[in-house]
Order: sequence, then C-alpha cells, then structure tokens
Amino acid sequence: MADHLLSWMTFAPVIGAAVIAGLPGRYKDLTKWIAAAATAVPLLLAVQLFLQFDRTTANMQFTEHYTWIKSFNIEYFLGVDGLSVPMVLLTALLSFLCIIASWRIEKAVKGYFSLFLLLEAGMMGVFCALDFFLFYVFWEVMLLPMYFLIGIWGGPRKEYAAIKFFLYTLAGSVLMLLAMIAFYYNVKDPVTGGHTFNMLHMMDQANHGGILALSNVRFVIWMGLFIGFAIKVPVFPFHTWLPDAHVEAPTAVSVILAGVLLKMGTYGLLRISYPMLPDQAVGFMVPMAILGAINILYGAFCAMAQTDMKKLVAYSSVSHMGYVLLGMSAMNEVGINGAVLQMFNHGTITAMMFLCVGVIYDRAHHRDINGFGGLGLQLPVYTSVFSFALFAAVGLPGLSGFVSEAMVFIGAFPTHRTITIVSALGIVVGAAYVLWMLQRVFLGEKNAKYDSLPEISARELFTLVPIGIIVLVLGVYPMPVLDLMKVSLNHLIKVVAG
Amino acid sequence: MSEHAILLTALAILLLPLLSYAVLFFLGKKLPRQGDWLGTGLLGVAWLLSLRIFARFWAAGDPGLRVEGGVRWLDLGRFTADAGILVDGMTAIMLVVVTTVSFLVHLFSIGYMHGDRRYERFFAFLGFFTFSMLGIVLSNSLLFLYVFWELVGLASYLLIGFFFHKPSAAAANKKAFLTNRVGDFGFFLGILIFFTAYGTFNYFELFAAAHLSPLSGGLLTLAGVGLFMGCVGKSAQAPLHIWLPDAMEGPTPVSALIHAATMVAAGVYMVARLLPLFDPNALLVVAYVGAITAFLGATIAVVKTDIKKSLAYSTISQLGYMVMAMGVGVASAGMFHLWTHAFFKALLFLGSGSVIHAVHTQEMPLMGGLRRKMPITFWTFLIATLAISGVPFFSGFYSKDAILAGALAFGMTKAHYVPFLLALAAAGLTAFYMFRMVFLTFMGKPRDEERHHHAHESPWTMTVPLVTLAVLAVVSSGWRGPADGWFSRFVAPYDMARIVAQTPGAPHADEVHAVPATAHDEPALPQEPHGEPVHAEATHEAPAHGEAAHGDAHDAHVHHTAHIAAMILSILVAGLGILVSWLTYIRGRISAPAVLARLPRVHHVLQNMYFFDEFYAATVYRFTLWFSWLNGAFDRLVIDGIVNGMGYLTRVLSWFAGLADRYVVDGLVNGVGAVIQGAGEGFRRLQTGRVQSYLAYACFSVLLLVFVFRAL
Repeated sequence: MADHLLSWMTFAPVIGAAVIAGLPGRYKDLTKWIAAAATAVPLLLAVQLFLQFDRTTANMQFTEHYTWIKSFNIEYFLGVDGLSVPMVLLTALLSFLCIIASWRIEKAVKGYFSLFLLLEAGMMGVFCALDFFLFYVFWEVMLLPMYFLIGIWGGPRKEYAAIKFFLYTLAGSVLMLLAMIAFYYNVKDPVTGGHTFNMLHMMDQANHGGILALSNVRFVIWMGLFIGFAIKVPVFPFHTWLPDAHVEAPTAVSVILAGVLLKMGTYGLLRISYPMLPDQAVGFMVPMAILGAINILYGAFCAMAQTDMKKLVAYSSVSHMGYVLLGMSAMNEVGINGAVLQMFNHGTITAMMFLCVGVIYDRAHHRDINGFGGLGLQLPVYTSVFSFALFAAVGLPGLSGFVSEAMVFIGAFPTHRTITIVSALGIVVGAAYVLWMLQRVFLGEKNAKYDSLPEISARELFTLVPIGIIVLVLGVYPMPVLDLMKVSLNHLIKVVAG
Repeated sequence: MSEHAILLTALAILLLPLLSYAVLFFLGKKLPRQGDWLGTGLLGVAWLLSLRIFARFWAAGDPGLRVEGGVRWLDLGRFTADAGILVDGMTAIMLVVVTTVSFLVHLFSIGYMHGDRRYERFFAFLGFFTFSMLGIVLSNSLLFLYVFWELVGLASYLLIGFFFHKPSAAAANKKAFLTNRVGDFGFFLGILIFFTAYGTFNYFELFAAAHLSPLSGGLLTLAGVGLFMGCVGKSAQAPLHIWLPDAMEGPTPVSALIHAATMVAAGVYMVARLLPLFDPNALLVVAYVGAITAFLGATIAVVKTDIKKSLAYSTISQLGYMVMAMGVGVASAGMFHLWTHAFFKALLFLGSGSVIHAVHTQEMPLMGGLRRKMPITFWTFLIATLAISGVPFFSGFYSKDAILAGALAFGMTKAHYVPFLLALAAAGLTAFYMFRMVFLTFMGKPRDEERHHHAHESPWTMTVPLVTLAVLAVVSSGWRGPADGWFSRFVAPYDMARIVAQTPGAPHADEVHAVPATAHDEPALPQEPHGEPVHAEATHEAPAHGEAAHGDAHDAHVHHTAHIAAMILSILVAGLGILVSWLTYIRGRISAPAVLARLPRVHHVLQNMYFFDEFYAATVYRFTLWFSWLNGAFDRLVIDGIVNGMGYLTRVLSWFAGLADRYVVDGLVNGVGAVIQGAGEGFRRLQTGRVQSYLAYACFSVLLLVFVFRAL
C-alpha cells in the first residue's frame, strides 16, 4: 500500500461501493459496516500520510505517474504537497464520521452508501490529481453522487435544491473546462515538446506559449477559472445554491458539502489559478479582498436574518469562507497560511455545527430557531457540545477558528488596510448571530413541549468528539497543521508575489 | 527565589485554576461535596504562591525588575509569535488581587451557592475565569493578552448566564459579550497597527521599538484609541458601560469577583501595562472618558434602589477614576486604586450577597434595620463604605486622593480642568450614595417585618471572607498610604532607557529565555519623590536636557500644590456627602422625594440611566436587525430571483425550441423527427432530474472543443 498510498485512498471507497452494489439490498447493517470499513481505510492511510509526509520540502510527494490516454498526453498523475495534505486529511476524517452519522438512514440504504463512497473517491481524487484532465474527471465524478444524495435523500424541496446545485456547479465546470483546454494547447511539455495536461508543467511560466503570452487572454482565462471556482466557494453573488443545498441535504451530506466541497473552490484557486497565472492573481488581489469582505459581512448579516438553524449555519459558511478569500488576497506568508488553515478549520467547525443541527432535527423534526427555548436544561450535554462548536465559529481564542481568522487579519492588514478594518466588523456581527441563536434555542425558560427529548446518544457523540478535540488542540497549538503546509505555501507565495 | 523559579511559580499559579476547571467540569458531580473543596483548595494554593511572588518583589525593591520566559507558538518562517509569561512588580500586584479575591469568593460561594443544582459547574466556571484572568495578567504579548481577554469574556458570559433559565439572564450575558466585542474590535485593530509597524507582539520589544522609531502622530493616536476601546468595553466605560448593570443577573459572588474586583479592572491594567504605546492625544481621550464615566456612574448610583445595581454603577464610577488616572498621567495611582478598590468593592458585593441571602430581595426599600440581625455583615460593609467614600485612614482615601491630585495637576499644567471637577463631584456623590446604602439597608426600622424576621447572619464560610476583606479594606493601602513609597516598588513608570537596553532588537531565541534582570549590577535608579506617585509618564516626550531639570522642578511644584489642595477638597466633599446622606436618611431633615419632585427632569434622566439603552435600541440594534433583514431579503428576492428568472427563461426557450422542433423540423423531416425531438425534450429534462445526459454533453463538448482548438 505504501507505494500507491494516494491511489488506495482514492479507490478504497470505490471498491467499497462496488461491494455494496453487489450486495442484496436486505443486508442493511452489513452495508453500513462495509461503508464504514471502506472509509476507515483512507482514514488510516491519512494517518500514515500525516506521519510520513516530509514537511521540509515544497515538492510533490507520494507521486504516482502513469500514462493514461497516450494520444492526448493524458496522465494518471497523483501527488500531494502542503496545500493538499490538510485537505486530504479533512476529507478522510469527515467521510468516515459522516458514514457513522448516517447510521440511521433507512431509505434505499444501498444506494445511499454506495453513492457516498463514490463521493469520497471524487473528493480524494480532486485533492490528489496533478494532471488537469484527471482533476477535471474527478471534479465531475464528485458532482453526480452529490446530486443524487441531495435529490433523493433530501428534504421537501430536494429536487429544486439538487438541480440548482447541479446547474451552478456545471456552469463552473464548463468555464474550467475552457480554461483547461486553453492551457492544454498553449503549454509545452518541456521534455517531449507536445501538448500537456500536466499541472506542474502548466505552473512553470517558461512552458507558456501561444495565446498564453497575451495578457488579455490570460485575464479572460483567469476570470473563467475564478468564476468557476467562485461558484464552489461560494463567492457572492454566486452563493445562493448553497443555502438551498445545505438545507435540503441530509445531515451527513451537508457536512461534506460545507466541510469539503466548499474548500475545492479555494483549493482550485491556489492549486491552479495562482501558480499558473501568478500575474493575474496579483492583479486581482484587490477585487478578491473586496469579495472576501463582502462574503464575511453579507454572509453574517444574512445568517442573522435566518430562522432555520441549518440555513443560519449555511450562511455562516459564506461568511467564514470570506476569511479564506481575504487571507489569499493578502499575498503574504501569514495571509496564505491563515487562509489554508481557515479552510481546514472551517471544515471541522462547520461539520460540528451541521452534525449538531442534525441531532436536534432527528429529535424535534424541525429546525425553527424560534420554536425551541430552554434546551440547556433539558439536554445539558448536547448544549455543551453545540455551544463549543458555536463558540469555535465565533472565533473564540483557544479554539482553532481564532488562530486562522487572526492570521488572516494579520496578513491582510498591511496589504489592504481599509478592507481589513471593514472585514473585522465581522467578528462583532458573527458573535451577534451566533449568540442570538444560542439564546433563543438553549437559554431561557424550558419549553414544556420538549420535556421528553432524549439526550445526545453515544453514537452521535462519537462523531462529534474527535472533531471537537481537533478544534481544541489546533486552537491551543496550531503548528501540527501549519507545519504540514507552510513550506509549500511559502513557496507558492514566493512564486506568485515574489 | 531564582528567576527560573519565579517563572515556574507563575506558570503553576496560571494552571492550578485550569486544573480545577477541568476536573470539576468533567468529574465534579462524582466528587464528594461536588468538589467545592478541590476548587477552593487549588485556589488557596495559587493564592499562597502569589503571595510568595509578591514577597519576592517586595524584597527586590526594584520597580524595573522583570522576568520573562516563553516558547515559540507560531512559526511560519518569517512570521513568528511566542507564548510567554511576564512577571514584574505590576504582575505581582495583580496576581495578589486576582488570587485573593478569587479564593475568598470560592470560599464564600460554598455557603452562597449551597443547594444549587449546577453547584459543581459554578465552581468549574470560577476556575475557568480565574485561569483566564491570570492569563491576562501573566501574558507578555499583545496576542496572548487578546486571547485571554476573550476568554475572560467567555467566562463572564457563562457566569452572568449561570441562571440561564431566567430570560433576563439569557439576555444579559449576550449583551455583555457583544458589547465587549465592539470594544474588542478596536482593541484588535490597535494590535494590528502595532504589529504591522513593529513586527512583534511582545510588550517590551514594542516599547523599545516604539521608543526608538515612533509611529506617525495620527496613526499612533488611532492605534492608542483602538487599544483603549478594548478597555472601554471590558472596564465598562461610557458609552459601552451598559452591559455591567445587566451583568448583575449573575450570582452575587460572580459580581464580586468578575464584575467588581478583577475582570472589569483588566482594561485599567491593560492601559497601565501598555502606557508607552499611548500618545498624549490618546491619553487625553482616556482622561475624559474616565472622568465622564466616573461622574455618570456616580449620579445613577444615587437613584438606584436595587442594592446590586447601585453597586454596579458605583463600580462603573470607580473604574472611571482608574481610567482617568491613566489619562492624566498618574498611572500608578490608578493601579493603586485598582488594588484598594478590588478589596473593598469585593467586600461590598459579598456583603450585599450576604444580605440578599438573608432577606431574599435586592430592593433596599424592603430592607432596613438589619444591623442587629447581621452584625458581622453590617460592620464589614460599613468599613468598606468608609473606604470607598474616601474617609481618611481607610485604603480608598489614599488611592482616590492620589488620583484627584493627579487630575488637578493635569488641569493646572494642561488647562483641562473638566476631568478634575467631574471626579471631585463624583467623590462627593460616592460618599452620599454609599452611606445611603448603609442607612437604608442596616439602619432605621425594618420596612418589611416578614423578611426582617427571617433574616439571620450568614455561615462562617461567608463571614470569614467578609472579615478578611474588611481587614484588607483598611490595611491594603499601607499604614501611611503610598506616602512611604511601598507601592512604587511594584508599580512605577517604565524606565524606557533600561527597557531599550534590555531588549534585543532581533527576534528572540527559540527556547525558554529568561530576561535576566540587570537590577543587581546596576546602581539603583533615582526614585520619584514619594507621595506623588507619578508625574511624568514614559510616553510624555522628554524635553531637551537643560529644560528637563527646569520642567521637573516646575512640575514637582505644581504637584505639591495640587496634592494639598486635592486632599483638602476631597475630604470636604466626602464629609459633605456623608452629612447630606445622614440628614436625609437618619435625621429626616431632607426629604428625598421632595428633592426629586423639585427636579423632575433630572430624576427622569437618572432613573432611566441617561437613556443609553433606549438610544442603542433605537439606533444600533434597530439598524442591525433592519440591515440583516434587508440582506436576507435581498438574497432571497434579488439574487435568487435572478437565478430563478434565468432558470425560467431557459425553460421558456426550451419550450419554444420544443415547439419549433415538433412542428417545423418534424413537419419537414418526417420520420427522422422522432429522433431530433429529444433535443427539445432534453431541456425539459432539467425538471425531471436526468442529469446523466449532461455528463454526456460535457464529454461531447470536450471532444468538440478539442477539435475546435486544434483547428485554430
């Protein structure tokens, strides 16, 4: 396994999905156990990756390089660096926990779990692929299971949400596709001299030729890629698929959606746009910072206006991804490390929040913030866990969200002074909507209607506690994750911003 | 005690309350007596260790002695940040304040919180608060100051909302947290400005860097005001003081510990600690905000009938004094008031807690005549009242007097007399409302026989803290006040020359690094003339050498004059306040209702606390809610409207395409039509969810585009 670690991580879930597909539908429990095993394999391999990853180099590691489609120079090329490893770890962890969190799914069990496993394979593939074509294939592979998971296992408006998600993402894919093809024809493989999908070749500006020499064309390609990725982040005004998709999706799918899928937008920007078009990235840093500020504040104010708990959490994602954009736009060491750390931290914190919302939804069968009250007395353990997640989202020091938000501000301030000051208002508004919800749901007088709600179960705690520990540990001492990423990111920012 | 030992002791003091929190939070219910002895015991140990450090610095006799140590916390290559501990005289003072009050409040709570269903949780939270507060005191960098600053905010949130089933408590803790966040917004910006300018968070590296290459005037003022906003929030200064009275929803021991003695003083400590980072303009803002707050709080305290609310406004007023002291250039007098106030105000709150425990009400009109029923509570409360009123030979007299003297000298040298006048008026009001409180609560005849009948003195766990604090309320100033210079051994103005010499310009070492105090081999620095604790703060730009001597002599003269004048005036106004209070509430010569009836407008404004809450409700809250509603509606109607509109447009187009397909194409090409019809239908499949076809289109487009590009 050690030789093909990344392949195993990517395809172990596919094997699991195949086994489940071959299993008669009546073995529901067995299906779940197989799914758990198929996600446990990547998780264990992720631990191995974490231990063996060389933190001193910016080069790609654990690479696997084979020819795939020779006539188009398409390669099966996998590898990870400091940017992708945190994302791979996040994917492996959340996928496993989401299988556990899905244990009570009863509708079409076989389909649900096999699609979920395919989804994990797609996500892993995106974070490991170093061939643009392969990247694109995984990107699309991920889309389909997600569409069905929302469209079949979702809430009342699942069709609308699923189609909206799908069309939006597909529109993004098309733009990415155009950019990819433009790169394919205008980047020369330094060895063979032919066209190439190899992303490392595309990152080397010396290989750029043809229309890529024209700055107008580069700008158009940059914008195409940016919009394509911005839809995924999502960046205002391309974000309205997100609240719908989150609200309608089943809990575990919301977790994956917010925890991993949103990161693909910013991952794409850092993996593809920044190194391939560094001149455009530098030229675009002010608009990017402004969009980050809009995301932070607009998302926070929208969150405050919500009465559905899940929608509130969904808009909080819009707000928190704004910090990532702001950090990326800083074009310095602290900013970019803060941005990627924020990607990781948002993945864990928002996962906790969605899991917590799922817990109460399973019991009360609604998520209306104004429909609760005084749950703190009825469900003390649940209240503690949810409050923990909420305070992490507020950016309370000692928990991981604070570190990355502070780093983003520290990085962005010298570059964009006014925009950073305006964005910092987000720490006030962010606290306001979270505490207001906390007050309405958990504090105050007990609502007699919920006297019989059972406390959070051991299985549910099992999904939450590991993430909580990560949030706490990284809040107290963030270096374990920063050590993974800093060499690669410092290299990246040196290439881009000089 | 070696420097290493000091650091380790300080670390132990910091971590003991955290241990208490962790054990009680997770295991409290399973421990005998729910672990109250554990929390109290650990705090007792921390208290003894703090006294040991205090003794060490007392013996050192060098106000510039400091010990620092830290570890690398963040390291990104060029960007680094350390987590470190700083112990100097000011830290030693704060350690004693925090652990003493915290220990006594733990002890008091054993009686006061007896029988509460979340008893163990209460002690856990007290431990968490104490840990965070000690973190503020011990941090050596702005970053970790901010970290612990927020953590005390959380502790305060948890403890104000301890009785969270009460809607008022659930609203109060949110209000406290959010109001503080507004202040922290400025605080954080101040930190960002200083870090961006100097590339370090470490206090003394910043002082040295700022001393050697000051920021340009406007930015320096802005950064200073930003930092001060943190103080305005945390120390409940106007206009962000509104959260503190509501914070009285928390259990009374919490009010004593957090909202009187320690956390609210953190803002004062922060300004004192970071004084070299404030320029004269920022300090002028500090002086005025403090003075206005001192006056504002005192006037409201006069009309409050709820004993805790009245004490809360009293706290706001006293914090205003301390803040003003920072602004008018007598920072060590402000720290001295922080020190004395911590003990007598904690005593007042615990005394009120003892009363509330006995009569089950906070309304003073329902009390009266409790003197005989609760003698210990009465006498200790009276001592604290004498201290806060500024009666000579009690601790508050010395500290308040030093501040007033500083304010008067500031007025004389800078022609800003407003702070002094406001503070003087507040001093008179303080004496009045405090004696009003004593008279209404303990003297006269009981106004509610039923409650009076059931009242009784509190158990020893509650009275021992009262007596201890009463002793401290008398002796904490030292027998002759600051005049014998003992306090300036701990808190004296920073000696910038020495700080610059001690601070290496380059980033410091990776490992634990203790900055050796050079005190032992340097000759003792000339001390300030005692009695006037501070007159020229380090930030005030030093004039040229020749002028300095002259300026100093002049300043000393002004301070001497101011000191005597302020002392006489403050004794007079305090006496006047007590006299009026006595005439009103004991002798009945002055009728309070009649006076209020003659000043209906003033009464109305004071009863409504100057309408701050109403103002914010009508502006900030309303705007925020409206704006969030607007954003939400915009998102739903406009942005989503556009998205859905485009979807609808596509459907309409596809319908026409389908129509054209069926009638035009079909009509032309019979038989083949059935195949092509699918194209039009295909658009409609959007609604049915057949998305597989889209993937096919995507792959098809790839191939198509490949050929298109190849052709180019």
